[in-house]
Amino acid sequence: MAVIKTENLSHVYSEGTPFVKTAIENINIEIEEGQMVGVIGHTGSGKSTLIQHFNGLLQPTSGKIYIDGEDMWADKNKLRDIRFKVGLVFQYPEYQLFEETCYKDIAFGPKNMGLPDDEIDKRVREAAAFVNLSEEQLMKSPFELSGGQKRRVAIAGVLAMKPKVLILDEPTAGLDPKGRDRILGQIKEYHQEEKNTVLIVSHSMEDVAKFAQKVLVMNRSKVFLYDTVEAVFAHAKEISEIGLAVPQITQIFAELKKRGYDVNPDVYTIEAAKAELIRLLEEGGNISA
Amino acid sequence: MLKDITIGQYFPGQSFIHKMDPRMKIISTLLYIVMLFLAGNLMGICAGILLLILMYQLSGVPMNMVTKSLKPVIPVVIFTSVLNIFFVSGEVLLKFFFIEITREGINLAILMSFRILCLIAGSSLLTYTTSPIELTDAIERLLNPLKKLKVPVHELSMMMTIALRFIPTLIEETDKIINAQKARGADMESGGLMQRAKALVPILIPLFVSSFRRADELAMAMECRCYRGGDGRTRMKQLQYSHRDWIALTVMAGAIVVVLLLNV
Amino acid sequence: MSDFIEARGISFSYAMEDDPNPIRVFEELDLKIKEGEMVAILGHNGSGKSTLAKHFNAILQPDEGQLLVNGMDTRDNNKLYEIRQDVGMVFQNPDNQIVATVVEEDVAFGLENIGVEPAEIRRRVDDALERVGISEYKAHAPHRLSGGQKQRVAIAGIIAMRPRCIVLDEPTAMLDPAGRREVMKTILDLNRNHGITIVLITHYMDEAAQCDRVVVMDSGNVLLDSNPKDVFSHVKMLKSVGLDVPQATEICYEINKAGYPMPTEVLSIKECADELQKLIERTYAAKRKAAKLSQKK
Repeated sequence: MAVIKTENLSHVYSEGTPFVKTAIENINIEIEEGQMVGVIGHTGSGKSTLIQHFNGLLQPTSGKIYIDGEDMWADKNKLRDIRFKVGLVFQYPEYQLFEETCYKDIAFGPKNMGLPDDEIDKRVREAAAFVNLSEEQLMKSPFELSGGQKRRVAIAGVLAMKPKVLILDEPTAGLDPKGRDRILGQIKEYHQEEKNTVLIVSHSMEDVAKFAQKVLVMNRSKVFLYDTVEAVFAHAKEISEIGLAVPQITQIFAELKKRGYDVNPDVYTIEAAKAELIRLLEEGGNISA
Repeated sequence: MLKDITIGQYFPGQSFIHKMDPRMKIISTLLYIVMLFLAGNLMGICAGILLLILMYQLSGVPMNMVTKSLKPVIPVVIFTSVLNIFFVSGEVLLKFFFIEITREGINLAILMSFRILCLIAGSSLLTYTTSPIELTDAIERLLNPLKKLKVPVHELSMMMTIALRFIPTLIEETDKIINAQKARGADMESGGLMQRAKALVPILIPLFVSSFRRADELAMAMECRCYRGGDGRTRMKQLQYSHRDWIALTVMAGAIVVVLLLNV
Repeated sequence: MSDFIEARGISFSYAMEDDPNPIRVFEELDLKIKEGEMVAILGHNGSGKSTLAKHFNAILQPDEGQLLVNGMDTRDNNKLYEIRQDVGMVFQNPDNQIVATVVEEDVAFGLENIGVEPAEIRRRVDDALERVGISEYKAHAPHRLSGGQKQRVAIAGIIAMRPRCIVLDEPTAMLDPAGRREVMKTILDLNRNHGITIVLITHYMDEAAQCDRVVVMDSGNVLLDSNPKDVFSHVKMLKSVGLDVPQATEICYEINKAGYPMPTEVLSIKECADELQKLIERTYAAKRKAAKLSQKK
C-alpha cells in the first residue's frame, strides 16, 4: 500500500489577491512504503510546497492527500497524530535547536508526542546512535558543536519521533564533501535498518544517483518524471532541457554512445561506469568488429 | 506568506508630493500639525480639512487609505469627545441628574475630534508618499545639527536602516522556525497563557541565536567594506530642495496665516 | 606577473574561552598569489581556509610571520583601509552582507564609507550593477531577490570599490544550481575580462576546476598547489582529506587502477570522452593485432 498518496493535489498561495501564485498543480503520486526517493527540481518548482503538504504544514487548496490510507484533512482533530507519522527535516535544521543540551533537544519531539519518560530516553539514545553522537556530545549544549554536528543533532530530533516517513529537505546543503557523505551514509543506514520510507530533496544528481531507488522530478508546479533511478536518468536529454544537470558520468557515457560505441548510456554512478567500461574493453573489438 | 507584509505603508507614485524632498515633507507635516493646533474654531478646522483633501488629491493616494489609517484612532477620538462633552463647563444645553452637557463642551469635542483625525490623516500622508529609507535619510539630515551636541545621529539612522533591512529577513526566518518546530509536534494553539508563553521558547531562542550570528557576520562584512562610522562619509543620493519644496512651504505658511486670521 | 598577496611564514591561533590552550589554525604557512590569477582554495571544514582568507584583507592579522598585500603589511593599522579597498571580500550568506534596503544603495555603501564624491559614486554604482548584470533590479529591496542575485549585489558592492583582488568565501554554498552558475559566470568574467585577481574558497570541485590554480589545505598546511588537472589527478590523496574529485577525473583514475593505462589529468566531459575513446581504440587495435598474429600461426 502506498504510504503517501495524493489526488489532484494543488496549492495556490494568496488566492484572490494580485500576488496569486500556483505552487503545485494536480499532483497525483503514490509513494510506496519502504522506498528511498530522491526529489529534485529548481527552486520554485514546487518541491518545497509539496513536502510541506506531506507533513500537514500546508493544507491543500484543492485535492486530497492520504497518509497510510487516511485522509489527512478529513478530521482536524486527528491531524496532529497523522503528522507524527511523517517526520520533516527542514533545510539548515541546525537553526531550530534551542535546548540547553543536545539530549533535551532530541527529546523535544518525542515529548510532544506524549511518550513515557523511559521510552523517550530509549528513543533519544537510539537516534543519537544513528547519527554517531557520543554520550559526551549528548550532554553538551548544541551551540558548542560544529556545524556538521549540529545538523546531525537536528536530524536525530526528528528520527527520535520514529516517523513512518522521513523527509529531508537538502540535508547536505552547505556541508563539505566529507560531511555530506557522512550524513547521506547515516540516512542510508537508517533506511536499511528501519525499513522506513525516506524522501530526500536534493540539488545534486550525483547524490540522488547514489542513494535513491526512485526519483521524483518536479518542474513548474508539476510532476515532470516519477520513476526508478534508471528510468529517470534514461531521460537525460529531457532533464537537461529543463535546466537540471544529470551526473557528469551519465553525460560522458551519452557522449561515448554518440561517438558510436556500444555502451549502455543509463549509467549514473562511478561503480556502474567502471563495470560498463571494463565490459566494453574486454568484450568489444573482437574479430567481428 | 509572512514575507509579503510591507514595512510602513509606502504607496509608490510619481506625484508632486512624492517628488518633494523628504525633508520638506517632514517640515510641512510639522507645520500642518502646528496649524491644526492654532485653529481655534470650526472655520480653521474646515480650512485644515480642505487642505488635507487637496493634498490627498494631489498625491494620488486613494481616499479609502485615509479611512484605513483613521480606524485605529477612533476609540481615542470617542474618548476625548466624551471627556470634552461631559466635563467642560459653560452654557448648559441638557442636564440629567448631575451630568451637564454644555455648548462649549460640544464645540470643543468636535474641534478636538477633527483635530486628531486631521493630524493622523496628515502624518499618514507623509508615510504613504515617502519610503522608509527616504524617511530615515531625511531625519538623519534634519537632525544633523544635533551632532554638535554629541547626539549620535549617524549611528541612530544606521540602526534604523539595518532594522528596516533585516525585518523582512527575520520575519521569514520566524516563519521557518515555527514550521520546523510544528513539524516536531510543538503545539502553539492550545493551552493556557503560561503554556502558550512556554511554547514560544523553541521559537525565540533560535531566533535570538540566529540574529546574533547575523549581526556578527554583518559587522564583519561592513568592516570589510571600510565602514568606520559617520565621519568622512559621503552619500550617493544628495538631497536638494527644488521649486516644489518652496511652493509647498509657501502653501503651508499661507495656511497658517489663514488659520490665524480666522481665529480673530 | 608580480606577487599580489604574499604570506611569509604566518601562524595563527584562536583562543577559546574555557580552554587555556589556544587552537592552532596554521603554522609557518607560505603562500603567494600573483596579480590576475584565479586561485581556488579547497579543504574540508576546519582546514583553516576561511581563517586564511580573512587574513587577506586584514580582518585577521597573523600572530607570527608577515602577510603582504600589494607590498603593504596587514599588521600596519594605518594601511587597513587601503588594503580593504584593494582586497574585497564576499561571504557565504548573501543575506548577512547586504546593509541597505535598496540594491543600489547597498552597492554604494563601501564608496560612501571611503568618502567618494556623489557623482562619482553614482557612476561607479551604475557601472558595477551593469557588470554583474543586475541593473534592472537596482531599485528593488534586496530581500525580494533570489540567492544568486543577492550574491551578485554583494559582488557589485565590492567591485564598485575598484579592488584589484576579490576573496570569495564559499560564495555559492547556500545557492541552488542556477544561482551557482550565475555567480561563477560573474566571477569568471571579472577575472578573464577585467583582470581582477580572484581567490575562491569552495567545496565544489567543478568550480575549482574552472580556476587557473588550486590550493588544497589540510589541517593548516598546503597539501597540494598546482593547476587543476594536476591537483585532481591525486584522487586518492584528495579523498583521504575528505574532498571529492570531478567524476570525469574519478572514472579515468578507476580505469587506470583497473590496469588500463590512461592519463588521469582529465577534467571535462569532452576530455574524458576523448581519452576513453583513445583507450578503447588502442585496446581494440591491440586485440586485432593479436588476432591476426594467432591467425598467421
